[in-house]
Amino acid sequence: MRISEAEAARPLRIVVVGHVDHGKSTLVGRLLHDVGALPDGKMRQVEANCKSRGMPFEWAFVTDALQIERDQGITVDVSHIPFKSSKRPYVLIDAPGHREFVKNMVTGAAAADAAVLVIDVAEGVREQSRRHGLLLHLLGIEQVAIVLNKMDLIANDPARFEAVRAEYEQYLASIGVRPAAMIPVAAREGANIVTRAAAMSWYQGPTLLAALDAFAPKARAVERALRLPVQDIYKFDQRRIVAGKVESGRIKVGDTIVFSPSNKTTRVRSIEQWSAVPGFVPPQSAEAGQSVGITTEDEIVVERGDVISHAGDMPFETDVFRARLFWLGREPLEAGRRMTLRIGTQAMPVVVQEIGRIVGSGDLSERAGTRIESFDVAEIVLRASRIVALDGYSANAATGRFVLSDGADVLGGGVVELGGYPDQRAATTRKGENLVRVEHRVSVTQRAQRNGHKGGVVWLTGLSGAGKSTIAVALEQVLFSRGIQAYVLDGDNIRTGLNANLGFGPDDRAENIRRVGEAAALFAEAGFVVVTAFISPYRSDRARARAAAMRIDGAAGFHEVFVKAGLETCERRDPKGLYRKARAGQIAEFTGISAPYEAPDLPELVVDTETLSADQSVELLADYIGRNFKF
Amino acid sequence: MDELDRLESESIGIFREAFAAIHPIGMLWSIGKDSNVMVWLARKAFFGHLPFPVIHVDTGLEFPEVYEFRDRVAREWSLNLIAAPCPPIEAMDQSLPPNARSASRKTAGLKQVVADHGFRGIVAGIRRDEQSTRAKERVFSPRGAESKWDFRSQPPEFWGHFATTVPEGGHVRIHPLLSWSEIDIWRYIQREQIPVVPLYFSRNGMRFRSLGESDITVPVPSNAATIAEIIAELETTRVPERAGRTMDHEAEDSFERLRVDGYM
Repeated sequence: MRISEAEAARPLRIVVVGHVDHGKSTLVGRLLHDVGALPDGKMRQVEANCKSRGMPFEWAFVTDALQIERDQGITVDVSHIPFKSSKRPYVLIDAPGHREFVKNMVTGAAAADAAVLVIDVAEGVREQSRRHGLLLHLLGIEQVAIVLNKMDLIANDPARFEAVRAEYEQYLASIGVRPAAMIPVAAREGANIVTRAAAMSWYQGPTLLAALDAFAPKARAVERALRLPVQDIYKFDQRRIVAGKVESGRIKVGDTIVFSPSNKTTRVRSIEQWSAVPGFVPPQSAEAGQSVGITTEDEIVVERGDVISHAGDMPFETDVFRARLFWLGREPLEAGRRMTLRIGTQAMPVVVQEIGRIVGSGDLSERAGTRIESFDVAEIVLRASRIVALDGYSANAATGRFVLSDGADVLGGGVVELGGYPDQRAATTRKGENLVRVEHRVSVTQRAQRNGHKGGVVWLTGLSGAGKSTIAVALEQVLFSRGIQAYVLDGDNIRTGLNANLGFGPDDRAENIRRVGEAAALFAEAGFVVVTAFISPYRSDRARARAAAMRIDGAAGFHEVFVKAGLETCERRDPKGLYRKARAGQIAEFTGISAPYEAPDLPELVVDTETLSADQSVELLADYIGRNFKF
Repeated sequence: MDELDRLESESIGIFREAFAAIHPIGMLWSIGKDSNVMVWLARKAFFGHLPFPVIHVDTGLEFPEVYEFRDRVAREWSLNLIAAPCPPIEAMDQSLPPNARSASRKTAGLKQVVADHGFRGIVAGIRRDEQSTRAKERVFSPRGAESKWDFRSQPPEFWGHFATTVPEGGHVRIHPLLSWSEIDIWRYIQREQIPVVPLYFSRNGMRFRSLGESDITVPVPSNAATIAEIIAELETTRVPERAGRTMDHEAEDSFERLRVDGYM
């Protein structure tokens, strides 16, 4: 394919990677010098910097701009340096090779069209030589030239060059990478960088610059399916503009588009653009690479994170998917870890459900394991908190790769590998127009699977002052800290809201408990362990609450817990001063004094607070829930 | 799409990510060529609107042409302009070389305006090709309470996912022009007909290639009197852009020290 003039004028971004001290910065400094790209005075400045440190001329000082880099002789962070060959403009990205700075190497490499990987031929293939090769592959850098540097140290020996070349080529083949060239170089001397080295006349391949000139810019994904992740919705004036960058494909005024995962369909009314030119006519279409704004024919509710596509070629929808991950976190990654998934403009909590093969540190051998160490590459399964719109990485890079973060820190990046899990779009799309009953698109079992436990109702009953509320709130905290979705419904709290219109007569008491029973059942259906703390003196009321909870298929049902303490004890405790008021006749129909309490016949559990401390009571209940709400 | 289209689209995307994630935002406007392009790009990003103020960190030592330009353009473009004063040179770190010390007034003025307005995002028009420590910057660069640049541990930044979380008590610097080069800026100014301060154009064989305070900026020899001539000059020049910025050349690490302390 011939590239257009405009594409040819675009600087090609080349990242230079490789093991620490293999001579990346030296190569970059020498290349810049040999193509005549150093500004006036730069050589003198570098000479002065070297002299003041009492060392010979150091090419790496051309790019190692930071004081610490010159003092320690290592590159800490990425530099971007522009230069031109006779063929085209370039930006050289000099990435650090030290293990500690892999995240900076990734930052530099992800922005590149192509890469130069430098290996010290005297030292041979080392840890970062392999790791960087693998990371380039995962970052989607397909054009790679390998420089076997420091040929001067092995007297330009073709046999030793061939040994290292063959070893590394074999490694690259094992990860599916084919290098464009493997070049013997002596960077300090400028051998085979821009000019061919007479001392290595046995080498027939291209010089480094010739290899770079043969690379092509990354093609924009214009011919792929439309993907336009929504960045924001603006209403600065009468227009409601949906803004985002077209990551792939084309979009035209009049196109029928679908927003995923919200699954809403409309048509493009206009493509908006601001221009200061009088009489400016906004465009009728836009394509991959352009930041655009569109207005739609219907005022549908969309939000940041939605992905716009055409109706015929929509992204995959799922809440669970496989991925290859490179892990940059300092702490090892283990299954069960919760983080934030950022894919396109979507962001949501995810949990690492499974860890598969790990390509380990050091020798990059493969192993099965449960811990992903810093800078490992691993196969994982991620489960998101809701449906994600995504693509397989090979089908669409922009919607097929993601980062994982925790708080402010990006901890890793990965590429999506579809397969093994179904597209859930069909299952989550309502088919009928006139359905009476709304069917949940998420089943009780799915919720339990996500939470790691079933939902259900733990119904505390007992006299006022028996300890229900105390136990309930402490229990909620303990369960929460154990990763259980727990929620307390407490008498006084419900009576100030949902049941504010109810009094304390028998009818209102029954209605109070009926509503609480139904509300508890809804929470249970939503996956929660609901702990209720109501005197609930009537057996029939508790039976109705039980029936409501038992209607839910796949939940843990209803667990009646008798919080037992005698009337005398409760009256002595009298935490709210209610018994005193009841005895004084200030409260009518007070349970135990002037109204009955029907103790449970066959409670699932009895918690005797006359013999157990509050902590012991909570522990007893927490253990009981641990056993009975297991998924 | 040519290179300018690509750069424009990337910068617009950066503005929109910043606006979606960080509030409130202020944008530095030095009145120089780069920051005029930046304001222009922001108006494109938000469809003719500019939903945050522009800040001129004012040392009081700008060239008269700069003030004249600032007030005229602010009016014509209806900018919400904050003119933020800087503390006097006597209050600066006396261990800095004299010109860097003068420049450090801007850092202090910037810290003050960030504190006064509670800004959590500061948009700055620095470019990687200007200066070798700027070449190491991130698009989104988190700053702690002291505004310091922790170049030793910058966050990873790839695939368009930026560090948009604001550090406690600090702010995030946003750099929409980071991948633009000097010649890109001039080509874009030419294409979009963006106004610039006339000091950039040659008079009597000299012009300002980079505009700073009048006490620490000198013109360089040049006959480029039009935008087209400036572009032609840049295509062949070997003189670095900041040759006329005296603060860069006093000591090996003077600019790095300024930037670590929070300079743009």
